[in-house]
Amino acid sequence: MSEIGSSVTGPSELTMLQAINEALHHEMARDERIVVLGEDVGRNGGVFRATEGLVEKFGEERVVDTPLAEGVIAGAAVGLAMAGLIPVAELQFLGFSYQAMHQIAGQVARLRYRTRSRFEPAITIRSPFGGGVRTPELHSDSLEGQLANIAGLKLVTPATAADAKGLLSSSIRDPDPVVFLEPLRGYRGIRGEVPSGEHLVPLGEARLAREGDDVVVIAWSYQVELACRVADALIDENLSVAVLDLRSLVPLDLAAIASVVDRCGRAVVVEEAVQTGGFAGEVVTTIVEECFWSLESPVVRVSGYDVPYPVGQLEDTYVPSEARIAAAVRRVLEVA
Amino acid sequence: MTRPSDDQLLAVLVDMVAARTQARRLWNLQRQGRIGTVAPIDGHEATVAATAHALDPSQDWILPQYREPLALQRYGPEVLDHYMLYNVGHPDGSRLPESVRVAPLQISLATQIPHAVGLAWGMTLQDEAGVVVVFFGDGSSSEGDFHEAANLAGVLRAPVILLCMNNQWAISTPLHQQTAAASLADRAVGYGINGVTVDGNDAAAVFDAVDEARKRALAGQGPTLIEACVYRLGAHTTADDPTRYVPPEDLEAARRDDPIERLEKHLVELGLWDDEIRSAVETQALSRIDEATDAAEAHPLRAEALMDHCLSVDSPRMARQRLALLSEAEL
Repeated sequence: MSEIGSSVTGPSELTMLQAINEALHHEMARDERIVVLGEDVGRNGGVFRATEGLVEKFGEERVVDTPLAEGVIAGAAVGLAMAGLIPVAELQFLGFSYQAMHQIAGQVARLRYRTRSRFEPAITIRSPFGGGVRTPELHSDSLEGQLANIAGLKLVTPATAADAKGLLSSSIRDPDPVVFLEPLRGYRGIRGEVPSGEHLVPLGEARLAREGDDVVVIAWSYQVELACRVADALIDENLSVAVLDLRSLVPLDLAAIASVVDRCGRAVVVEEAVQTGGFAGEVVTTIVEECFWSLESPVVRVSGYDVPYPVGQLEDTYVPSEARIAAAVRRVLEVA
Repeated sequence: MTRPSDDQLLAVLVDMVAARTQARRLWNLQRQGRIGTVAPIDGHEATVAATAHALDPSQDWILPQYREPLALQRYGPEVLDHYMLYNVGHPDGSRLPESVRVAPLQISLATQIPHAVGLAWGMTLQDEAGVVVVFFGDGSSSEGDFHEAANLAGVLRAPVILLCMNNQWAISTPLHQQTAAASLADRAVGYGINGVTVDGNDAAAVFDAVDEARKRALAGQGPTLIEACVYRLGAHTTADDPTRYVPPEDLEAARRDDPIERLEKHLVELGLWDDEIRSAVETQALSRIDEATDAAEAHPLRAEALMDHCLSVDSPRMARQRLALLSEAEL
């Protein structure tokens, strides 16, 4: 587990989106095997501008606007990896990954296993996900639970601008396929100091975003931001709330979860996804397996509901709010 | 066009006869419970073998579906050795050596076509010579992956040959229920790529078509969709009973157009082939597959191999699972 406020050199204040863009520029300059592909990633710099400036700097051979076809974006990435290249594919919204899921689950994730590492699947698939910004249908779905159930994929979920850069660089350099999930709400809504130049954050190391002793809120991606706000607000009530940012769901930092839950004895797990089968259930299972005798109260999940991601006027009801997280924290603390 | 030489045609026929002979052995091995489900090659030998002989194994890739390996001898003995490892259920079956430019079998139909386009594209980006041939069937041509990959290949002018073996059947579904298109090669027009139909039972014609497509690809003229028309003479797989749906008269007609008999007739006329040669090829093919089968069955495998090669390094969860597996293996 990393230290809080780990020292950085030459930081500048960036949005998460700018941090992602910086990582892409840095990595493409470092390794000419990297090819960026996806819909609107070149001329338009990505619909959110995550790939802005790449085609101008690295050319149309390495930054490729593909036809509108998610399946072949993921499938061609497999072939590029077989050729020894390092594809960084963008799926414009995670909800559209269903049209690529046969390639992601059936091919990308299995390439190393089925060929006994003959082919190195150094593939990164970037995709924005999560709600709260009033998008049309299927633009906001949180599918990390489904993706975590696919053996052979790594699943990375940054919550800060600095981590977005450091984890993306690590993901691109990782020899395994990584699905890198970027919170829509965080693109411009999360900003912070980001080290300039080379910045690497290892995959599989959770981050203690807030120290605390009474209860820990375990979260990833944008829910870390919400959990931190709750923790900060509850200081006024003399509550000491820790926040653990998982950073990556696969690999999962089991030791960090056990350590903080053992210390606090009470835990809340927050996710935005559909509750049944969601990744929070995996975290709760980990807590039960690792920390059962340390628990002083039942673990509580704050999730979306078991319904499809709703349209705009119901969005705020669906996504976990600070109020729901605070209520869950109070609930686990009420049990003596 | 480069017609294959008589020697090349002879080499193709040797591979075809060996493949047919070994396919019968595979069927029996499956019935004996020594191997898993296999898809017989019967009727596809000319297309597969002639394609392989029109390629340069030192630079051209083959991405098979699952029916082809017995006729890919040109790509080295490792293809058969690993096919038998695959058939006995050993995980090394899909791990061909680096030097062999053959991808593992693909069971999820058409998913290998985007891989072929990506691979061909990647070779171009790195200024590597060579083309990629990807095999699939008439049924696979209905999959979205075929469409998406053919479309991307056209846009990128990737050096890829989309080789559709139209054997008239997708298990029990006949071609007319697969598509209303008069010809699968016609679909090339919609992708802005070259499309040709070839008699897949005519080894020389297949060789010509692949050779031509390869030259175009290497010259930067982009992909070709080749529709090789054949007839599936056997079952879909060892788990299939085609007598339930294949009209006997159709099968009978197809057998009169057997690709092996056609090429034999030609080479007999040239004085290059006779029963004695055929008999020797069959004997050699059988001893070769029996050796490969024995070697595959004797190939060692540890239970722990279950956990290997999933991720480059076990996740903490997997590391625990590996330990648990090892302790359970001792129970």
